[in-house]
Amino acid sequence: MTAATIPAPATRSSAAAAALAAFAALLARDLTVLRKQPAEFITRTIIQPVLFIFVLGYISPRIGQPAAGSAAQTATTLLAGMIAIVILFQGLFAVAMPLVQDFGYTREIDDRLLAPLPAWAVAIEKITLGTIQGLLAALVIFPLAIWIPAARPSLHIHWAVLLTLAPLAALMCASLGLFLGTAMDPRLTLALFAVLITPLMWLGCTLFPWSALHVIPWVQGLALADPLTYASEGLRAAVTSQPHLSLLVIYPVLAAATALLLWQSTRFFTRRVIS
Amino acid sequence: MTPAMATAPGPAFSPAGPADVAVLTESLGKTYPGGTVAVDGLNLAVRRGEVLALLGPNGAGKSTTAGMLTTTVRPTAGRAWVAGVDVAAAPSRVHRHIGVVPQRNTLDRRLSVRDNLVFHGRYFGMRLAAARTAAGWLLERVSLAEAAGRRVDELSGGMAQRLMIARAIMHQPEVLFLDEPTAGLDPQSRLAVHDIVTGLQAASQTILLITHDMAEADALAGRVAIIDHGRLRALDTPAGLKRSVRGGTVVTVTADGAAPAELAAALAVGVPGARGARPLGDAVMLTVEDGQPVIPAVLAAAGTCHARLREVRVDPPTLETVFIELTGKELRDP
Repeated sequence: MTAATIPAPATRSSAAAAALAAFAALLARDLTVLRKQPAEFITRTIIQPVLFIFVLGYISPRIGQPAAGSAAQTATTLLAGMIAIVILFQGLFAVAMPLVQDFGYTREIDDRLLAPLPAWAVAIEKITLGTIQGLLAALVIFPLAIWIPAARPSLHIHWAVLLTLAPLAALMCASLGLFLGTAMDPRLTLALFAVLITPLMWLGCTLFPWSALHVIPWVQGLALADPLTYASEGLRAAVTSQPHLSLLVIYPVLAAATALLLWQSTRFFTRRVIS
Repeated sequence: MTPAMATAPGPAFSPAGPADVAVLTESLGKTYPGGTVAVDGLNLAVRRGEVLALLGPNGAGKSTTAGMLTTTVRPTAGRAWVAGVDVAAAPSRVHRHIGVVPQRNTLDRRLSVRDNLVFHGRYFGMRLAAARTAAGWLLERVSLAEAAGRRVDELSGGMAQRLMIARAIMHQPEVLFLDEPTAGLDPQSRLAVHDIVTGLQAASQTILLITHDMAEADALAGRVAIIDHGRLRALDTPAGLKRSVRGGTVVTVTADGAAPAELAAALAVGVPGARGARPLGDAVMLTVEDGQPVIPAVLAAAGTCHARLREVRVDPPTLETVFIELTGKELRDP
């Protein structure tokens, strides 16, 4: 057992380079695991939104209960909303849930924390992974949200908005996931999920456009407190020509929410792993 | 360097220079929020290439000390250096110089046995090919080559522990931290882990072994630091520690033809330096200084009361004797 005879590792010299290499390796590990379990990813990603699309976009119009407006309008509204929902779910299930397991019993995270990078960078890696998964999930749900509904949604893609807003929304949801996964005791986090997911989703303008809420002003006001609203309204602006919240509001709010969540959640994370 | 050792009880040692020291703590302390003092002014130096055991009862501050040296616990007083790097100032740089085998199984359950090593190597900047070669080599050395493709949750406790050791040395750390490496293992797995540690020791790997297993510390460590209530109580070689105990050798005498009480009185008088001679069942037990020839004196003393000796047992002091003497007998419930 002579450690000295292990083939010499090609170690990087400076601390920053070592941290970068470690970050890339952590991400490579996570993407390897993701690639090996595509079925798990797809199941986790699509079951719930596909059921929403099926019930609201296919069954309801077929049985003569269109939510509001025509079947095509419903499908168009759902398109942006479902993308926002899958992105939110990735934030919760790709970032927060694994953390709950890690802090709760597996402690797998301990080995990552010993890699040559600061603890906050381990947190940022989790968020990066969540963002990538959110975007992948959006790619998976996009065609389904077009083909499943009874009528085709009317698609108007604004590429500049789509290519900037989708990553921003995914980043915000991943940061929200890290925030929820680190803010409290792991045992409470699951309970928190149950309480939070539904209001986040329903108030997040995923099943109706925000403008339609003008008939119930207090709900319309409440919806503005839900960060998901800005993601779904922004995506609505990106892929449809429906009325939506002004992009001048959406971008700054999403950016501010992301910055705040990033800052706070990396602090919570560090506090949890270093005593 | 010397201030760290100046206050340490036991024989002082002065290394050739800082280059000789792999781990150094200077009045290192940790007070947790709420006021619990876990480590209190600890001065310790681990020499390059030695196996130093950190021995102490539950709650003595062993794990907190290891936590501070491996950067998962932030010190609240004093300083510490690992491989010359200040643990509080540059934790992620410390990571490059340490390997850690924690008490709990922290293996990556989503990866195979081999990939646990390969990815760990990559976290430390090893190229894929180099990481694969090193992983294959290490799996061979810890007798896990056959299990390379298996999932880690299929491994037995002993196999998982060997894999964790392999993972911890994958990036060739200067200092290896082993936290209770054989706790809960069967005797075979325990021996296997000891063999690996002995092999690493032969290759001059610096190891900080955290344990409360006296026999393990005695067998593996070059020096033993006994800590209690967050402070260093003794630091010496196992033999040196045992010598430091007064009356550490236990002599048990069993004889016919004389009442144990009578024999005890005769031994108390006849054996030079005998202490606490008292009957224990049909035998008599007493303690003497370590390394002293006692058998002739016991024979002579037994003769004075016409006792016919059946058995004389001389048990040299163990680390446990030292440990109990230094840390007391009361239970440590946190």
